[in-house]
Parts: sequence; structure tokens; C-alpha cells
Amino acid sequence: MVSIGAGPAGLAAAIEAARNNVGVVVYDENNKPGGQLFKQIHKFFGSKEHRAKVRGIRIGEELLKEARELGVEVVLDSVVLGIYANNTLNVMVRDHLEQVKGERTLIATGASENMVPFPGWTLPGVIGAGAAQTMANIHGIKPGNRVLIVGSGNVGLVVAFQLLQAGCEVAAVIDAAPTIGGYGVHASKVARYGVPFFMSHTIKEAHGKDMVEGATIVEVDDTWAPVPGTEKKYDVDTICMAVGLNPMTQLLRMSGCSMVHEPGLGGLVPAHDINQETSIKNIYVAGDASGIEEASTAIIEGRIAGLAIANSLGYLDDDAFSEQRKIQLKSMKGLRSGGHGEMRGKAKKRLNSAIEG
Amino acid sequence: MRIKEHPILGQFEKGRKIGFTMDGKAMEGFEDEPIAIALRSNGVMIHRHTTKRDEPRGIFCAIGRCTDCIMVVDGIPNVRTCVTPLKDGMAIETQKGAGPETQSGEKK
Repeated sequence: MVSIGAGPAGLAAAIEAARNNVGVVVYDENNKPGGQLFKQIHKFFGSKEHRAKVRGIRIGEELLKEARELGVEVVLDSVVLGIYANNTLNVMVRDHLEQVKGERTLIATGASENMVPFPGWTLPGVIGAGAAQTMANIHGIKPGNRVLIVGSGNVGLVVAFQLLQAGCEVAAVIDAAPTIGGYGVHASKVARYGVPFFMSHTIKEAHGKDMVEGATIVEVDDTWAPVPGTEKKYDVDTICMAVGLNPMTQLLRMSGCSMVHEPGLGGLVPAHDINQETSIKNIYVAGDASGIEEASTAIIEGRIAGLAIANSLGYLDDDAFSEQRKIQLKSMKGLRSGGHGEMRGKAKKRLNSAIEG
Repeated sequence: MRIKEHPILGQFEKGRKIGFTMDGKAMEGFEDEPIAIALRSNGVMIHRHTTKRDEPRGIFCAIGRCTDCIMVVDGIPNVRTCVTPLKDGMAIETQKGAGPETQSGEKK
């Protein structure tokens, strides 16, 4: 099995496959495995089985340890450039090109950040939420001194709090939507620091010639149109954009698998069956690449894909597979309930039926 | 800008302290941390100027995806400074347009 991506989904799949004696190689373009897990210094949610109250970094360390113990080969600094006939991959391994073909391929490429353009959005000082996490939580540097957060989903809220922990001042959290997008518990942590929230507000422009020196926000009405006269100006040196993610589906689309538009999952996503297999035989998908959810759901999808791959290759008998998959699906059910979870669960069901007909 | 003591993470593990230059000016950073991080700790915000409109660009995604932070490193243009490790004695330059061939400001 070849996994593209060594984030939570790719690692979890590799672990389950390797545990069942499948030969596994995992490629990742970064110089460290773990995807975005090592930036998640907050405690996770859900029940105990979903590692609630455990910080993302811990979960990442555990996955890596498990993978290492099972002898999973992780090849870093390696970019999969394309997927061709018979599921052959071209991989740029550091400075040379290799052609690789696995009997089974898992695409676990994750997601990239959405952006909203506005006058001044290209100025140094306007950054993505992921950049803020990378700078503060991995490299130990403050992205700025005074930050405006655009977007109140869980990413925006979590990053706002992490910036406060890093010693930055958060000027405000704004969102064009009328209500806070993320969990109340994350919003409360930020609010307790006295950070103001402006709902139904968008960013009008960033000020500054060589870098961000300020930002003007403006209220929007229920047709999302700016309301003149409601502008507020903030002296900030950093504008952090947390306005959603979209699945990285380039390789999936290149493989020719059928794609479905599901706005609740972040846009165009691959149809896949309950085993995470796409419409192209032997190509599997897991994690954010198959629809934006969370690290915990990515791990479960990865585990299911790994088990299914082991089963399809004859390393795991049908009964054991069905039993182990049942445990994973039950665990998943807990994460796909209530509010956002249920909406995503329904969208995932539609992806399943797009394959099964 | 460096975080001295993080409430969750404590102190950050870094390589040894080394010297490099930015547009000829001597600076210090830690070995193997991304060039962009060392630059930021020295207060550098502008990494390059765009080809057509000469606009400033800096760190945007910080994970090697957007290529906004590219610079000329040891004479090589278009180096993604957010994912390239800093080495002792590196010569880093602000990039203009597509790099040295257009460094004079020639518009392509």
C-alpha cells in the first residue's frame, strides 16, 4: 500500500495495514510527519475513545510511535506529482523522480486554506490561520503583536486562543455570519480574555504600504452587503484569515474518480464507499481530502481504509475485518452526531450512495 | 518576537546559534529553523517584490504552499524560505520579480 500523506488519516491507515502485515510506504511533502497534528496544542473533544482532553500534539506523537513500532516506512520531503494509468505515481523524492506503483493507493492529502481577498490582502502581515499556528506552536515565534482574526469557526477560535497563549494581543474576532461558527467552549475561552467578537462584520481593507499597519472592518446586512458608516479601524500589525478549508483533491481528480459537490464538506469531494474506496478500483481516500471534518474523524477514516486494504489484499479475513470495521464505524457515529457533525454525516452518506447507487 | 516560555509547550528546542546575512546585513538565527522564522525574529517582513507592480510580499501560508515568501538564497532564486532550513553563513537576499535575471527591475 502506498499512502500519500503522513497526516492523521495516512498514518492511521498505514498503522492498520502494517499491523496486518501489508507492506506500507507513506510519502509526505513535509520534512516531518504528522500533518497539522503537531500544531494542535489544544485538547480534543468527543468521548474518551476519541481521545477527548488529549492535546493534538500527544495524539500525533502516539500515532508516530505506533507507526514506527510497526515498521511503517515514511518517506519525507517527497511530493507526489501525478497519478497515471494503472495507478502509477510519479514521486519527486527530494532531488530525483521515482515511479511507484502500489497494489493499493491511499490519497490522504488533507486540505488547504480558503481566503477572502480585500484591498491590501497581499501585504506582509496578512497570514493564514495555519501560518499563525506554524509560527507560534512549532517554531516559537509570535506572528505579530496585535492581531485581527477573520473567521469565528473552530479554527479561528482555536488560533485566537493559541495566539493569546503565545503572548500576542488579539484585537478582535470578526465573522460575516450573524453567529459564532465554532464550539461555544472555544469561543468562551477567547471571550474570557476580553477579546471582542463582531458578528455580521467583514474586513473592508488592510492599511499600510510595506506591511500591515491597520485594518478597517465593516458591518454587513443580511444580504452580506457592507453597511456604510459602520466602519471601525483597528491598529493591528497582523490579520489572520480563518475562513475555512477546502479538500486537496488534485490527485483524486487526476485519477479520474467521480467527484460530488458537497458544500458542507468543503466543495468538490470524491465519492467513496463505506471502505473509503473511490470509484476507481484500488484507490482509497481518507481524511480532509475526502471532505473537511476533524483530525479525529480523519484517524477513523484512515483506520477503516487500512483495514479494508488489508482485507482486500487477503491479509485480514472477512469476519475479523467486519468486526474491526464495526468498532470504527460505531466510534465514527459519535463524532458525526449533533449540529455540524450530523450535517457532515449526512453528506458522507450521500458520497457513499454516489458509489453504491 | 521569539516566545521565551510558552504556557503549554515550555521552551522551544532549537539548533545552535549561527550567523547569516540578509541583503548584506549580518543577522543571527538558529540552525535548521526555517529561514523565514530567523528573518522574522530579526524583524524582516518583506521577502520579495512582485514582478509587475513591485508590491511587497512576505510570509503567508508558512508551510511551503503559497510561494509568497520566496527569496534568493546563496544566489538561487525562488527558494521557499518558510520550509528551507537556515544554515551557517547563508546569504539571503530580497527577491525582485522572478529572481536574479530580472533583479534589475526589468519587467517581463
